[in-house]
Amino acid sequence: MSTPAVTAMQLGLQSCGSCSLLSRPAPGEDEGRCPRCDRLLSFRESGSVERTWAFLIAAAICYVPANLLPVLTTVTASGRDSDTILQGVVLLWSPTGWPLSLIVLVASIMIPSAKIVALIYLLVSVQRGSVENNEQRIRLYRIVELVGRWSMVDVFVDTFTAALVQLQPLMSVEPALGLVFFAAVVVLTMLAVESFDPRLIWDPLSAREVRYA
Amino acid sequence: MPERDPPLPHVGEARTVVKKRTRLSVVWIVPIVAALTGVWVAVTRILSEGPKITIALRSAEGLEAGKTKIRYNGVDIGGITMIRLSDDRQGVIATAQMAPKTEEFLVEDTKVWVVRPRISGATVSGLGTLISGAYIGMEIGHSRKKQRDFVALAAPPVVTGDVPGRFFVLETPNLGSLDYGTPIYFRRLEVGQVVSYELDKAGQSFGVRVFVHAPYDQYVTPSTRFWHASGIDLSLSATGVSVQTQSLLSVLIGGIAFETPATGPVLPAADADTVFPLFVNRAEAYKPAARDPHSYVLVFRQSIRGLSQGAPVEFRGVPIGEVVEISPQFDAKTDDFTVSVTIRVDPRMLGVKVVDEDPGDASARRKRTIETLVARGFRAQLRSGSLLTGALFVAVDFFPDAPPATVDWSQEPVELPTVPGQMEGLEASVASILRKIDKMPLQGIGDGLKKAISELDLTLVSARGTLDNADKLVQPNSVLGEQLGTTLQEVSRAARGLRVLADYLEQHPEALLRGKPGEAK
Repeated sequence: MSTPAVTAMQLGLQSCGSCSLLSRPAPGEDEGRCPRCDRLLSFRESGSVERTWAFLIAAAICYVPANLLPVLTTVTASGRDSDTILQGVVLLWSPTGWPLSLIVLVASIMIPSAKIVALIYLLVSVQRGSVENNEQRIRLYRIVELVGRWSMVDVFVDTFTAALVQLQPLMSVEPALGLVFFAAVVVLTMLAVESFDPRLIWDPLSAREVRYA
Repeated sequence: MPERDPPLPHVGEARTVVKKRTRLSVVWIVPIVAALTGVWVAVTRILSEGPKITIALRSAEGLEAGKTKIRYNGVDIGGITMIRLSDDRQGVIATAQMAPKTEEFLVEDTKVWVVRPRISGATVSGLGTLISGAYIGMEIGHSRKKQRDFVALAAPPVVTGDVPGRFFVLETPNLGSLDYGTPIYFRRLEVGQVVSYELDKAGQSFGVRVFVHAPYDQYVTPSTRFWHASGIDLSLSATGVSVQTQSLLSVLIGGIAFETPATGPVLPAADADTVFPLFVNRAEAYKPAARDPHSYVLVFRQSIRGLSQGAPVEFRGVPIGEVVEISPQFDAKTDDFTVSVTIRVDPRMLGVKVVDEDPGDASARRKRTIETLVARGFRAQLRSGSLLTGALFVAVDFFPDAPPATVDWSQEPVELPTVPGQMEGLEASVASILRKIDKMPLQGIGDGLKKAISELDLTLVSARGTLDNADKLVQPNSVLGEQLGTTLQEVSRAARGLRVLADYLEQHPEALLRGKPGEAK
């Protein structure tokens, strides 16, 4: 591990979240704004952990109905069929269709759940002031940030399908309630990732080094 | 504390803003809203969950858990969620999740059945299921008693819902071409269908349940006759050939027709589930029903070949009953085998008025009548009905020459005396002639005849000789002829002389006394 550099916070300075300009914090208890871009300044994103938790919990709650409720209703001559995401995976699973099935499984079920688990891990480790695996944790954060938006593909495909497959009276596809919850999961996890301040990962390490310095 | 050197260049001072006191971040509204939404969805889901039912089926063919729907009048009101074998492995138990607010449909007399494509003679139904797969049909009952476990019907009910009309039961010994949905015709109009049929416990007859739609059900009265209208009823009579059919459809697939006889009292419509006999054809149906038949036993000592059950009993050509049973019997008293034929006769067919009277009186009157009739020569006889088939029928008539007989009232049914049949009588007289012929001394007669013939021969020979001689006598140049000629000439001369004498005497009668004058003196 390389020698950690001095952080702005250690110098008693605040770095702007958007333009990265260093400023002295506002005197007293008052909040300061960036003199260059007028962004609210703080040593760390204020309430980052709390906000992340809020979004994460909301996402976790939505994750349950997103998987239990049907996302698509197919109306064919044989009647109405509503399928949940998992039923779709099972439906697609065939000797030739398994790659597609796998994509749906990974993008729609594994990634959202992995994101939630990863964020919980990051939050817990930050709150416990852990100094272990810092580099892995920041890598994890980046992966989560990068990959998160791709879960929207499922919502995207489903809405497209619903819009395109309207072959009345032979067949039509309608989005179902589960899709709304699924979209909410994706959006909420993205918000959670946004609100998480990765600088928090390094703070305990800096604090410790300072302590032992 | 962090070190402060090297000293920083000019660093701007943050502007001072009055801090807002926030106790709890607003962001917590997000998970609260999410949780509330989730709870709301869950609650509505649970509340909207309908009852669960089980359906016992014979087989799950065409049914699929999660796919097969339960429909009432074409509306999905539930779906099969699970299919498993029944505990005895003889059938299938399907668990179904019903739609919300269907509790009141699930009562005791609600019927369920599997709708599959079904093509029988009369109906093609459930064609939609060829594409969509089978579904469970449901007919909602009226009972108030709730039920959750149903047994599927073997076949879809033909009449569903509250179609106005009435059910009747027809009894028939054999089903013929009847099937579910076989049409019922009234004056060649299709007015109903066969709904179901079942064999009775004894396996003797079928109870065919039929449904007649309103308003035609009012034409079914207690005197209505139902008959098989299947196929073509072809009858040959003195007036020609007559063909009776219902519709072309019924020719192909069979049907049932009914009619109420125009004669007779006008009766109110029959109650639902009234049992009617189902006749073989219209003629049979219109055969007056023997309401109060009298059974009699006829004992024959001849072959009854050609007599069958159901053969008519006729009085001077009028059918009055039929043969019910034929059974050979051993008569221990006479050590003789006889054939006893039981007949059933409707006395009304003979114009006997059946009046309501005391049964004892009726039986006494009947006894008296029968005895009088038998005393007058009332007998039963087997007659040949058809020379082609040799079929026999029983004829009853008066035979004044029949040997006297008595009626034995001790046994039931009563035995009526019989006389031998026509053929039988003919046979008997021919036999007696033959017996007489057999008794003749044909050999002696033959011998005598032979002797007489030979004597005759001799006589003839001598007669011939005599005739030859006579022939010779009368030949023209024979001596006899010549002498005869001469003799005749003499006779002729004598006759002439006699004439002359007669003439002279006429003119001169005195000559008899005086003689000829010339010669006198």
